[in-house]
Amino acid sequence: MSAFLVTVARELRIAARNKASLLMPPLFFAIVVTLFALGGKPGDPQLAAVAPSVLWVGALLAALLTLDRLFRGDLDDGWLEQVFIAPASPVGMVLGKFAAHWLLTGLPLLLLAAPLALQLGFPSGAPLGWLLLGLLMGTPLLSIVGGFAAALTVSLPRAGLLLPVLVLPLLAPVVIFGSGAARAAQAGLDASGPIYFLAFLLVLSLTLLPWAATAALRSAFD
Amino acid sequence: MWTWFHRLASPPSFYRFADRVAPWLAVAALLLLGYGLFAGLWIAPKDYQQGDAFRIIYVHVPAAALSLSLYTGMAIAGVVALIWRIKLAECAIVALAPIGASFTALALVTGMLWGKPMWGAYWVWDARLTSELVLLFLYLGVIGLDQAFLDRRAAARACALLAIVGAVNVPIVKYSVEWWNSLHQASTILKFGKPTITAEMAIPLYASLLGAYLLAGMAALRRMQNEVLLRERRAGWVRELTAV
Repeated sequence: MSAFLVTVARELRIAARNKASLLMPPLFFAIVVTLFALGGKPGDPQLAAVAPSVLWVGALLAALLTLDRLFRGDLDDGWLEQVFIAPASPVGMVLGKFAAHWLLTGLPLLLLAAPLALQLGFPSGAPLGWLLLGLLMGTPLLSIVGGFAAALTVSLPRAGLLLPVLVLPLLAPVVIFGSGAARAAQAGLDASGPIYFLAFLLVLSLTLLPWAATAALRSAFD
Repeated sequence: MWTWFHRLASPPSFYRFADRVAPWLAVAALLLLGYGLFAGLWIAPKDYQQGDAFRIIYVHVPAAALSLSLYTGMAIAGVVALIWRIKLAECAIVALAPIGASFTALALVTGMLWGKPMWGAYWVWDARLTSELVLLFLYLGVIGLDQAFLDRRAAARACALLAIVGAVNVPIVKYSVEWWNSLHQASTILKFGKPTITAEMAIPLYASLLGAYLLAGMAALRRMQNEVLLRERRAGWVRELTAV
């Protein structure tokens, strides 16, 4: 547990010293969503219909942008190797990295999602609540699944498009059920089914992927 | 039994074993697929509802079954490679991925060709079709990851982890027609009790199914042989082999 807290504190401290980079994911998210609105006809009711998928894909892309650097710097400056030599379990460190990634990218996106949804004409009230609940479940998944893929490609100096190609199919169910819940709520239906499925995916990946990511990082040294 | 198994796990004896077995698999696959496709496409009666269009199952069902079986096999090889560090299992992962991707693409294309006359659309965003498409992307991801590494062993380890994580999708593809209201019909042959397909249609289907499995097995052995040769190209036995 202490390795977890130490890693989270370290990541937050590093982020606090580079405040401009903190703003990039939410800024990117806002610009992508705005471009969708600009690309459509002004005042088009269709925009509200596609709002859930626009918001989800926007959040996905914004989270992806930061994933490439998740472990790269730590591998280059030797910190990662020190963690694996240390007696504490490296899984705590990996979990800490994932949690910090969510705090620094997922949480700001979540906070920004409500105004952006209203900007697209998404109905406020209960549907907006379901949309945000879906994002609350789904954005940690972006950090965990994406972090696993980042661990797989950490030793590749120019992974480039490989990382998104690995991550996006794994995250397809998250987008399907996340925007599915919002669309169901929009249509006045019960949205709890897709939310339960997201919760299942979150528990599954939280219990398995930190270990898989640790194994992937360890093989970067062999 | 175990000593035979252990001997097989060493690259040179696997290479010789595969050399002996692969031609027999190829001949058996050719016969079974030839019979299955001929009997299925010409001899089997028309479907009472779908007419001649149902004959796509003689290609579509084997391809779809293999797309899932090969992924499962790849994930199992991944577990074996990670736990016991057996080189042959590592070769199997990277050998199975392109074969599985081909069968997945074949299943998707044949399904689309059948979907146009039957459903009126090449593609619908439905649970079975979408999860099968995700399966194709997962295969392509494994191939891409394998190509990105220079070191063969590091590539195999990364691919093993990705294959295992992606295996979550396999039950989703398999049970998607039961869990969700899917346009895709449920299985007619692989169910308990009496199959809901007549023997004249079913027997060619079983033949082409078995033939496709043997074909995939043959392709897997040949690809694994290539991978073994590539990895062991500096070993003595490979030099002897190539010197002749």
